[in-house]
Amino acid sequence: MVEHLHSDGEEPCVTLDAFLSQSNATAVRLEPDEDARALIPHLDRLALIEVAFPKFRDGRGYSSARILREAGYTGELRAQGDVLVDQIAYMKRCGFDTFAPEKPLNPADVEAALTRWPEHYQGAADGAVPIWKLRHG
Amino acid sequence: MYKYDEYDHAMVAARVAEFSDQVKRRLAGEITEDQFKPLRLMNGLYLQLHAYMLRVAVPYGTLDSRQMRMLAHIARKYDRDYGHFTTRQNIQYNWIKLEDAPAILADLASVEMHAIQTSGNCIRNISSDQWAGAAADEITDPRPWAELLRQWSSFHPEFSYLPRKFKIAVIAADEDRAAMRLHDIGIQIVERDGVHGAAFYVGGGMGRTPMIAPLIKEFVPLEDMLSYAEACLRVYNRYGRRDNIYKARIKILIHELGADEYRRQVEEEFAHVKSLGIDPPKAEFDRIAKQFAPPALDASAPDAIDRSDPDFAVWVDQNVAAHKVAGHAIVNISLKPIGGIPGDASSAQIDLMADLAEQYSHDELRVTHAQNIVLPHVRKADLYAIWQALDAAGLATPNLDLISDIIACPGLDYCSLANARSIPVAQKIAARFSDLGRQKELGELKLKISGCINACGHHHAGHIGILGVDRKGTENYQLLLGGSGAEDVSLGTITGPGFDEDGIVDAIERVTDRYLAERAEGERFVDTFRRVGMAPFKEAIYG
Repeated sequence: MVEHLHSDGEEPCVTLDAFLSQSNATAVRLEPDEDARALIPHLDRLALIEVAFPKFRDGRGYSSARILREAGYTGELRAQGDVLVDQIAYMKRCGFDTFAPEKPLNPADVEAALTRWPEHYQGAADGAVPIWKLRHG
Repeated sequence: MYKYDEYDHAMVAARVAEFSDQVKRRLAGEITEDQFKPLRLMNGLYLQLHAYMLRVAVPYGTLDSRQMRMLAHIARKYDRDYGHFTTRQNIQYNWIKLEDAPAILADLASVEMHAIQTSGNCIRNISSDQWAGAAADEITDPRPWAELLRQWSSFHPEFSYLPRKFKIAVIAADEDRAAMRLHDIGIQIVERDGVHGAAFYVGGGMGRTPMIAPLIKEFVPLEDMLSYAEACLRVYNRYGRRDNIYKARIKILIHELGADEYRRQVEEEFAHVKSLGIDPPKAEFDRIAKQFAPPALDASAPDAIDRSDPDFAVWVDQNVAAHKVAGHAIVNISLKPIGGIPGDASSAQIDLMADLAEQYSHDELRVTHAQNIVLPHVRKADLYAIWQALDAAGLATPNLDLISDIIACPGLDYCSLANARSIPVAQKIAARFSDLGRQKELGELKLKISGCINACGHHHAGHIGILGVDRKGTENYQLLLGGSGAEDVSLGTITGPGFDEDGIVDAIERVTDRYLAERAEGERFVDTFRRVGMAPFKEAIYG
């Protein structure tokens, strides 16, 4: 189930540099220009990775999310920042499971956006069965 | 031709519903124009100088008559009774109302068409050889590969907010009729040991920094093609520049990294991506390829053409090309009448071309990147009847690949990015060279005009290219020579100082006169230019 706001009282995210230089943090924030693969050796101790979207047009975070999920990360993957209702379906497909938009989203619009697509042409990080596989069983 | 199954229908229907909702929210003021812009762009809707422009995708340029008639219907019902065929094998309508856009998309969906990803920083409509399935020189029909890429790239969740737009072309012949190496990814289907695979050229493009794509991978097997494309795109999405819109295309990334380093990164990413299982099985390719099975053509159809009507014979010599099956031909319909707007067709003309395709061309039409239309599978015995119908509709201009077969962008007459008008310049050049004998004397001469540095009119790839710029508030036209978008791909060189609107026409005449004086036996204009260089032309132009 997708949550749209993060809970209070959680451990604050540290920067990637801080995370890599201290061993006890369990939440990290990844900026668009930071390499998600730097986290791969540490995924088992991470509970939360927050991927920053300072501008909705900057799509690097979509690749970061997929890379983390493809590497086996199963913790919370949060899209934070300029996250708009028209982006969240793609974000979810790339592996995000929570959203922390700067401007609150209308829950009905979120619901509509996340249920709009009946199927998907291509495989991604959400486990959806691509259409070509549905065609051929 | 590819026919939608229930999945394809459902995806397009979902998109129409989504966009209808987005338009509703925009009209209600719930989202800002800034937020709406990327959404409408991914549905092909641009805001131009005077109105919205809607660009409709024609995947790899292939249409049937029912789809073509829908394009005419849209021109009649929602626009000003005409449409404009583009260099991306699409059609665009220049006078669209925002509130009509959802209804237009619904009309398109009813004939298995859409405007998905015809703009925006995503993977655009896949283009291909307009003679696919008919050309004598192809090793296979490239369109099943293009359709596989179309589906993979449609609503791709990772690659919908790329640094910049992304264009892919697929061909399967050594003769390049699709400007393949001037695309972000150009794919040539090649054969190795009896098996077909994809040669990947990556990082070509025009715009303000034109580049010819280097070969990144010689042979990608079919079963790896989508993984390889995914790896190419992922490296670009992660590392392509986002600090400067003019340096954001993949060509700049590859230029800055070098082709070898880009290839190394792609190979590394591919080794990982291949393990994800995103490539469909061959059964899916076969399902698609079956739908592009060649039409049943009678190879014993008569080969002779009655050339007793001289006007018809002139058209046959210029606009009809060899078909792979005896007794048949490829008809190229010029949308470049002297004095017309390159690529424009009225709804009546679009309907007529649909009728001819249905009656004579196994219900198929193609849009070409040179902004013309093709009837790909025609019996030679039917050519005269086709020509008569085209001639009566003003569609029989016998100028394919001649100087008046001009590619031109919409320019300052429509486009908000343009610095100068393109259409009036194209019209003046066509008028100056209107004498057909003179055009034929000049031979193959590809003239391409862009109204700004973004190069939508492919001026870098013209044997003769024209670039309109703004010079201290007045329109000024630079002249380029020696470009080509074909298999002999090259980028044109600027001759020197620019000209005003009449001056550019005079300069072209001096250039073509010098060509006639310099040329050796059998040389095209571009061949002579390559042999003698710029100096004689410069002298002819500037004295």
